[in-house]
Parts: sequence; C-alpha cells; structure tokens
Amino acid sequence: MTGPTVEDLLRELTPQVLGALVRRQGHFEGCEDAVQEAVLAAAVQWPDSGVPENPRGWLVTVASRRLIDQIRSDHARRERESATAFEAAADDVPGTDDTLVLLFLCCHPTLTPASQTALTLRAVGGLTTAEIARAFLVPEATMAARISRAKQQIRAAGRSFSLPAGAEREERLGVVLHVLYLIFNEGYTASSGRELDRVDLAQEAIRLARMVHAQLPEDGEVTGLLALMLLTHARREARTTAAGDLVPLDEQDRARWDRTLIDEGTGLAKASLAGPALGPYQLQAAIAATHADAVSAAATNWRQVHALYLILERIAPNPMVTLNRAVALAETEGPQAGLALLSTLDGDERVAGHYRLLSVRAHLLEQAGDPAGAYALYRRAAKSTASLAEQRYLESRARRVRPGSNR
Amino acid sequence: MQFLIALHINPAVLDALTDEEKAALGQGHGAFIEGLKASGELIVTQALADPSQAAVVSVRNGQPVVTDGPFLESKEYLGGFYLIDCENKARAIELAAQIPDAAINGLGVEVRQVMFSDGQLEA
Repeated sequence: MTGPTVEDLLRELTPQVLGALVRRQGHFEGCEDAVQEAVLAAAVQWPDSGVPENPRGWLVTVASRRLIDQIRSDHARRERESATAFEAAADDVPGTDDTLVLLFLCCHPTLTPASQTALTLRAVGGLTTAEIARAFLVPEATMAARISRAKQQIRAAGRSFSLPAGAEREERLGVVLHVLYLIFNEGYTASSGRELDRVDLAQEAIRLARMVHAQLPEDGEVTGLLALMLLTHARREARTTAAGDLVPLDEQDRARWDRTLIDEGTGLAKASLAGPALGPYQLQAAIAATHADAVSAAATNWRQVHALYLILERIAPNPMVTLNRAVALAETEGPQAGLALLSTLDGDERVAGHYRLLSVRAHLLEQAGDPAGAYALYRRAAKSTASLAEQRYLESRARRVRPGSNR
Repeated sequence: MQFLIALHINPAVLDALTDEEKAALGQGHGAFIEGLKASGELIVTQALADPSQAAVVSVRNGQPVVTDGPFLESKEYLGGFYLIDCENKARAIELAAQIPDAAINGLGVEVRQVMFSDGQLEA
C-alpha cells in the first residue's frame, strides 16, 4: 500500500510548500489555493508514477505554475501537469521550514477560534475542506465559506510573512497553542461514534503539536501541551464502553491505557517542568502524568494532584480549575471539604447552572451519604448538558442513587 | 456549536404590518442570510408553509389518524428556522438579535442548542 505513505508525505509537505510560496509571492489567499491544487495533482499522480526525487520541489514548482496561471489569466487554463519531476526552483532552499510562520499566520488574532482552527487544519494540516467539514459535522459549503472568509481576513490584516518578535511572539504562540488544544478537544467532544471516513482531530492535533515542538523544543508550554495531549489520548480506549458510554477516570480499566503514549507524555511533562517558567499546559500535563502513574484511582497521589491544581488556580484562575481542585480536595480531606470549596463558585456566573458544577456537587453529595440530594442534582445536570454521552452518563448516575432503588 | 434559531410567528401580527414593513422584514432576512453565508455560519434555513396546511398524524390501535391543521392551539406557530454553526451561545444570541422578527412585538425568536444530528451533513 503506497496510498497512506503518499498521503502522509503530502500532509507533511503541505505547510512547507505553502510557506515557501507565501514567502516568495506574498498573497496568502492565492498561494493556498495553488498549493491545494498541486497537492491534489500529486495525490493523483504519485501513486502511479512514483514519488519524484524532490517531492517538495515538485510541489513548489507545480503550485507556482498554478499561481502564475491564476494571476495571468482569469480563464482557467486547463493545462495538465505532466508526471515528469520538475526541478526545484532556484531560490527554494531545501530544509527551510516555514511551518511555524504559517501556523502563526493561520492563528491570527483577528480571526475567530472557529476560523483559526479551520484554516490551520487546511493550510498547515493539509486537510481538504470536505474533510474538515466532516470532522466538524457541518456541510462543506459552510466550511468553504468559513475558510474563504478567514483567508480574506488575513489578507486584510496585511501582515508580513515572518515570525512576530518579543512579547507579541509569546502572545501569538499562546493563540497557536490554544487553537491546537481546541482541535484536540473537538476530537473528543464532536465524535459520538467513531466513523471511518472522519479525520481523527485528536491525532491531527497531536501531529501539529509535534511539528511545533520540533521547531520550539525549548518552550515549556509547547512541550507541556504535547505531553497533555499524549497523556489524555493514552486513555482513549478506556474512556468509553463498546456501546459508546462514558467511563469516568476512577472506573477506567487502566490496563487499556496506552503505555507507550504515557511514557512519552510523562517524559515530556517532566522535561517541561524543569524549565524556568511554569504555564497552564505544563501543570495540566503534570496532573495527567500523576493520574497515569497510579495503578488505580485509590492509589492516586491526590495530594500532589491537589497541589498542582492549587498552583494552576493561582497562575490561571478559572472556575473549572477550582471545580477540579474540589474533586482532589474531597479525595484527601473528605467530601465536605470539597463541597465547601464548591460553594465558593455559587456566585460565579461562568459556571452557575453549568452541568459540570452540578455533576461534581452531585458526586460529592453521593460520597457524603446524601443520595436524595445527589439524585436531584444528577437529574438537573443531565438536563443541562448538550452532550448525549454526558447526558446518558449522568442519567445512569442518577439511577444508581435514586431513593428507593436497592443500591 | 450548532443552534437552531426557531422563528415563532403570529399570522395576525404579520397581517397587521404595512407593505413597507413587510418588505423590510423580507429584506432583513435576505441580508441576514447573506451575512451568515459569508461568515461560514449558516448550515440551512427553511421557511414553512402556512399552519393551515399542516396535518397532525397519530396512530391509534395501529391505524393512522390524520387531523388537518396545526397541533398546538395557539396564536403563534413555528414559521421557519435557521440552523447555524457558531462559536458559542453568546454568538448565537448575537446573531438572533439581527433577525428582524426580534424587533417586532408578537414574533418570537428562540435559540436552542442542537444535541444530535444526522443525515444532512453530506451536502
């Protein structure tokens, strides 16, 4: 099977070719279209004719021609590309990687997160619009419009094709990492079942995070994010039953966790903590690594989990972090301590009525021996979520503590 | 996130509009649709035929029973909807506020999050 190999190669080369073209020609919008066409031509031709000796040069040349055609003439010139290998353009420096610059461009702060993720997946990830649309469960026309608008906005922003410097670079890198994090999460939340023709967004996010990590190996947050993704992804098989029902962390069959991913993620998490600064992704990775380290939920080092959430709460205050800290606190100090911490969130409109707050409180009430209170809150939580899987899980919890049930 | 923006209409309220107001309503929807299409947030929008043309179907003892007219005995009916895909609920509400119906007393614009989808996505 040469298919997957050619596809992997093309996906890897797409951002490099696009980067090289944008660097030379400016004009992101036109370049992006031209590169997509060149990649399509390669996907059709290479499996038959073989991969050219310099695949990157081939793509740059073909894409450049497409671009020149586009610029020269509005009538689409139906010139078919021959299968012969083209020579790399003279000014094309092999090995130069503009992937990072391209990623910064696609995650431009003037775009909405939805546009940033879509454009990143297409221009850097090398996915087709149809694949992205399917992954996000929207029609192709909707996704095509979104990507096209994003490209126009980037043109309007008129940024030069270079890495931002200084404080802006830090800030922009933060946006890039957030976009990769969103893509990763979408891989979990959007998929109720695993459909074969859908791109695995979690895998794709990991691939992109690896690319960024290869470019910025010293950055603690980049390393932390990659570690967090790997450690989360390691639990994937244990996270749902065959029927698609959610299995909470404390009930997961840890033998089904992927040890290879855990080892790699744990190594990266440790390495990232050795750096000078400490960021939210590093801390979340450290928490995930602590869970991965325990043979069972009971054997978890909850004190360490709690301490890490406490630091996370200080550097990046967020009610969801407090919520998670309450779970850890309940494990070390008892459910009442967790409930007391939760009550500090009652006035916070970011989480008031959110199903996560309701379900965690229900869980702690259950532990505290108040099944009637837990039942009512599990039911309310089930009504408050828009996720079918979460709803099924919360309803099953409610059934378990229903007053009068024999359990 | 996907949301259904349901448009609850009241035929009496619509009939009471002047021709200019009716034209402005149509143009408002036209502009709204164009904006949603350009931003890549529109999945589909549909307007429904008059509720007098509705048929309510029930099955009793295994036999279908069909009653002409709408199910709800109400002055308001579901007149149509926008199915959108947008950032979050706040954005859905921001968009709903752009629908001209929202500015007319007696017409209802309701935002509901979608929980399950199938079938229409290979468009």
